[in-house]
Amino acid sequence: MEGTRKRVTESFFKHKLGVFGLVVLAILYLIIIFADFIAPYNYTTTHRNFVYAAPSKIRFRDLEGKWRGPYICEMTKARDPITYEVIFTEDLNTVVPVKFFVRGEEYKFLGIWTTNLHLFGVEESPDKAMLLLFGADRFGRDLFSRIVVGGRVSMTVGLLGTFLSVFIGAIIGSLSGYYGGRIDILIQRFIELLRSFPRIPLWLALAVIVPPNWPSTWVYFGIVTVLSLIGWMGVARVMRGLVLSLKEKEFVLAAKVMGVSDMKIIRKHLIPNTLSYLIVVSTLSIPGMILGESSISFLGLGIKEPMTSWGLLLKQAQSLSELESHPWLMIPGIFIMIAVLSFNFVGDALRDAVDPYRTVEKL
Amino acid sequence: MWAFIIRRILIMIPMMILASIICFVIIELQPGDFVSQYLDNPRISPEQIRLLREQLALDKPAITRYFMWVKGIVTKGDFGYSFAYQRPVGDLIWERMGWTVIIALVTIALQWVLAVPMGIYSALHPYSPGDYVMTFTGFLGISIPDFFFALILMFFMLKMGSTSVGGLFSTQFIGAPWTWAKFLDLLKHLWMPLVVVGVSGLAGLMRVMRGNMLDIIGSPFITSLRAYGLDEKTVRRHAIKNALNPMVSIAGSELPNVFSGTIITAIVLNLPTMGPFFYNALLNHDQYLVMAFLMFIALITQIGNLLADIALALLDPRIRMS
Repeated sequence: MEGTRKRVTESFFKHKLGVFGLVVLAILYLIIIFADFIAPYNYTTTHRNFVYAAPSKIRFRDLEGKWRGPYICEMTKARDPITYEVIFTEDLNTVVPVKFFVRGEEYKFLGIWTTNLHLFGVEESPDKAMLLLFGADRFGRDLFSRIVVGGRVSMTVGLLGTFLSVFIGAIIGSLSGYYGGRIDILIQRFIELLRSFPRIPLWLALAVIVPPNWPSTWVYFGIVTVLSLIGWMGVARVMRGLVLSLKEKEFVLAAKVMGVSDMKIIRKHLIPNTLSYLIVVSTLSIPGMILGESSISFLGLGIKEPMTSWGLLLKQAQSLSELESHPWLMIPGIFIMIAVLSFNFVGDALRDAVDPYRTVEKL
Repeated sequence: MWAFIIRRILIMIPMMILASIICFVIIELQPGDFVSQYLDNPRISPEQIRLLREQLALDKPAITRYFMWVKGIVTKGDFGYSFAYQRPVGDLIWERMGWTVIIALVTIALQWVLAVPMGIYSALHPYSPGDYVMTFTGFLGISIPDFFFALILMFFMLKMGSTSVGGLFSTQFIGAPWTWAKFLDLLKHLWMPLVVVGVSGLAGLMRVMRGNMLDIIGSPFITSLRAYGLDEKTVRRHAIKNALNPMVSIAGSELPNVFSGTIITAIVLNLPTMGPFFYNALLNHDQYLVMAFLMFIALITQIGNLLADIALALLDPRIRMS
């Protein structure tokens, strides 16, 4: 076992893109764990003076060319007298330094103790100057803070959904493979039936079932359930194939002869022996889940306010006029892409390491 | 062979019946119905709502409505009545079928024409710069959400000064008779959905083709062909032919996949296909429309799988024998 582990880790770390993906994912998860601390503002606080403000310009030298460290300027909002378009003008004489570890809005760090320390930000009141790395949205909420907090939903939905679908899939798949016969035919037909509906329409139709008047947390778990209801079928098929070949092995026959119960054989012998494949299947299915959640939320059938996710954030950028005048609203999409890409890299590397003969794909 | 085909067709009947039950149950589980949107409207009296429910047969128990629906389909080919459009669902779907099928078929054709040679190239030159570039682009293609890709393309088109982004025609050509100019205008709009829908599938196909090809190249039969002294070109031809076989089973599910893949893109790009239509029907609780659409996709999938199985059996004698 020790040797196998060493071979697998070595082979994984040889895969450059996989390691890269792993590093990116580690960073993303650190960010979402400490989201409140990293976000300079509360993600729900609205700021009237900064509605649709563009990303802040960070300057280093003042008007006289003197080095001032990173700073931003105070902003004033005015309207164009003819078109009534909102215009933001920077007051170039003001200097609002950007600092690390500043005091800002209060929040509960990791949900345990209350603090107002933020990783970075400006000390000026948010009426006059705001540090908006990615600009602000329709209500003057800081998009960077919203992305950081929204990542909590986007990055966990895939994990939870996969966990649930692997759990269901592993049980049903191993029952199907282990018992064979009529149960197997029944389960296989059922899976085939469900697979005759393509994913996206089924996802959307199921997402509508989640009642809109539920609280956001419930909706979140509702969406996780919807995603995993469709995801388990692939896992079940792989699992069935693996169990079919495993159940003829001597150690399983021995257990059977000794009178070990079927459930115990599945639990103690079959599932542990397929664990490495299950890990590969789950890593490969996470990207699809993340994309699924963001598509559902993008269409307004998923996560709802005040909770937010990258897909829901991107929904604001849907109209042509928004795209043209506030292109920074598209930034959440880049995060979806980075997350999905990293999971794909890691999944690919993991498959090459754990499953060099591509058993999973062929099943 | 005929017995096999007939058996496969017969299996489709119970499958479609079960599919209809699943569709119906999913719709029934959704909270609210078409009439519930009027409940909060003080201008509509409770009597009117009751009357509307009666007219739309929404007051009957679910089982009765299910059998009414199935009876309509079997006896009259009537898939129900759209509450929102006040027209038969079959007609509505049929009207939007044209563009949906055209976009789907052109996308599939482009995907295959590009993906197969790309996969073959990357398998024949593994770990070469070309292979890396294609693999990386492939990963990008799988990872970019289609709606985000559509938004980016729209953004760049707007920045480049294009005035009519989205849709299939510029305003002046909508409803106009077909002319050369209209056709050119169509092409100017059509490339966007093709690229957006095509790219994600392209990447997947290319990866599968590359995998198949690598498997075949590593197999003993290629070695034996070389041992016979056949030239590389002939060997390659045999390899490609065998690597293409498993692709047939993918081809069977291509049409429904692309159909459903276009849904979100079509909503973003505002295309006159079935996607936005299905989405609106879902939001409006226009239940027969939603069910008919789901049934339609399920049927296409079943037919696609059937055709793929038949084609595979024709191509591969090993499958035919068992």
